[in-house]
Amino acid sequence: MELLSLFDLAVLDSTIRLATPLLLACLAGLFSERAGIFDIGLEGKMLAAAFFSAAVAAVTQSVWLGLAAGIAAAMALSAVHGLASITFKGNQLISGVAINFLAAGMTVLIAQDWFQQGGRTPSLIGGGRFPPITLPFVDAVRGIPFIGPIYAELISGHSILVYVAVLAVPGTWWILFRTRFGLRLRAVGENPAAVDTAGVSVVGLRFAAVAICGVLCGIAGAYLATALQAGFVKDMTAGRGFIALAALIFAKWRPWQALWATLLFGYLQAIALRPDIIERALGFTVQVQLLDAMPYILTVVILAGFVGKAIPPRAGGEPYVKER
Amino acid sequence: MTFKQKFLGSAAALALSAGAALAEPALIFDLGGKFDKSFNEAAFNGATRWAEETGNNFREIELQSEAQREQALRRFAEAGNNPIVMAGFAFADALGQVAADYPDTRFTIIDMVVDAPNVRSVVFNEHEGSYLVGMMAAKASESGTVGFIGGMDIPLIRKFACGYAQGVKAVNPDATVVANMTGTTPAAWNDPVKGSELTKAQISQGADVVYAAAGGTGVGVLQTAADENILSIGVDSNQNYLHPGKVLTSMMKRVDNAVHQAFTDGAEMETGFQVMGLANGGVGYAMDEHNEALVSEDMKSAVDDAASKISSGEITVHDYMSDDSCPVLSF
Repeated sequence: MELLSLFDLAVLDSTIRLATPLLLACLAGLFSERAGIFDIGLEGKMLAAAFFSAAVAAVTQSVWLGLAAGIAAAMALSAVHGLASITFKGNQLISGVAINFLAAGMTVLIAQDWFQQGGRTPSLIGGGRFPPITLPFVDAVRGIPFIGPIYAELISGHSILVYVAVLAVPGTWWILFRTRFGLRLRAVGENPAAVDTAGVSVVGLRFAAVAICGVLCGIAGAYLATALQAGFVKDMTAGRGFIALAALIFAKWRPWQALWATLLFGYLQAIALRPDIIERALGFTVQVQLLDAMPYILTVVILAGFVGKAIPPRAGGEPYVKER
Repeated sequence: MTFKQKFLGSAAALALSAGAALAEPALIFDLGGKFDKSFNEAAFNGATRWAEETGNNFREIELQSEAQREQALRRFAEAGNNPIVMAGFAFADALGQVAADYPDTRFTIIDMVVDAPNVRSVVFNEHEGSYLVGMMAAKASESGTVGFIGGMDIPLIRKFACGYAQGVKAVNPDATVVANMTGTTPAAWNDPVKGSELTKAQISQGADVVYAAAGGTGVGVLQTAADENILSIGVDSNQNYLHPGKVLTSMMKRVDNAVHQAFTDGAEMETGFQVMGLANGGVGYAMDEHNEALVSEDMKSAVDDAASKISSGEITVHDYMSDDSCPVLSF
């Protein structure tokens, strides 16, 4: 039994890479749902952002322009979601599903028309990708036992978007719990009528929330296509938007818990790639399918009320109607 | 000539030309899409080659969902297209339903066997081709550990893995083969991010050559292998050009030849069971200017020698699908 080998540095490194898109999407959903707009279109927004970031980066050779295009694409879909569910008071779930379908079809169609490579973008080279960043003092601390390798291998050497995602956690906490805007944003998800009575625009706040959601989804998509990969492949988000939603419920709509939840889910995905380590550590093989299903199983356990209670924002899912 | 006669004449001409158009062959792509740089694209290339050689046209459709399989088959059969070629094992059920309803239409299914009098079933000896690239992987590896990354965990992909592992062990009996599957759902064909992570996981286990038989997921595998400066092996089509100097070779599955052959045989083609193996050029490994420098003379002669021995029956490569087990690799 070598239980410690379950925390192999390579596995933890992989955890960080796999958790980053989940974390960004999870925080995106957090802003939107805290404001009372359920968003199952995270997957579609990430996918659209992945495509447009890769396409623009391929054409301009500038990954920063790609990132901007990805964010713009995700925000455009956010605007559609906002228009349908805030302005026209439509069903938020149906609008979200529509966005997922729209993104899945649209990306391949545009890619085929644009690049004629079967719904892909050309491979990104050079300035079209986010390079890994080596943090300062890596060589100096590498020799220190325990902390040295962790800093040099695990913390250093990721793309800048990983650090952005981690910093977004305290950022989200500060905005939501320490600013007037955050207080109002949370209030609009719990009791929009009270916010309205206080003379603050419910519609404006909710649009602001879905816009932030779009920005974060945009970064998540760009991370997939231009940092982890070197281009767009159809359906490349592969369900990560839904795992992020599960993480959001698991985290009970709180930013720090979102970080731990996505790291846990990322770790489950990473360890599933190493059946040899599991067998060495536990002495028996665990089905990869079981590990893949764990995020959903854990979420159901949380929802069933076994480990605390997950209570969504009270006004979530309902369009705000001023007067009948 | 009265107006009526003119009208009838032109209508008849139209009917005639329509009749000529109806005998066009048709090709149905699987969900991976026509330009997957791999399996479906090979089918498309075969059909295009036939069209260029003969000057004739063919009809084609890319499926968007499972439900369209039978629909697409029936539509082409009703329209009189003959023969109808479908690329992919997943058509077996739909074809089983449809074939009997159109006894005069000839169907060709690739990668699966459908037992009907008007169906030609083309299967490939992927294990033989994989054996050859496995030998090359073992010869190119310095660490003695090589990797295999499959797409969806189905018997066909295990057949690739098993042939590959046998080739590796033939060169170096002490070599370690690390085999992973991307997933168990069709999403596993299009998850390059997971393909990348699997590649990195295999590299951390010591692998320095990775063979990807994973559709769109393979794009991520080849990319990461190139980024991390190890060698990769492509599949189905020649993928050497994707990362010149980093892709050792590609296991070629000549789906294009199968489609070309079916189209050339036309509406009168022989039906039944057809095996495309090393002996008749159905599988092989790719050599071009992009991987010349990677493949040594010694490697090439050893592989060519094994290829001729497999063709002559001197070496038999175990087929995973014959008994659902692999002597040298456990899944």
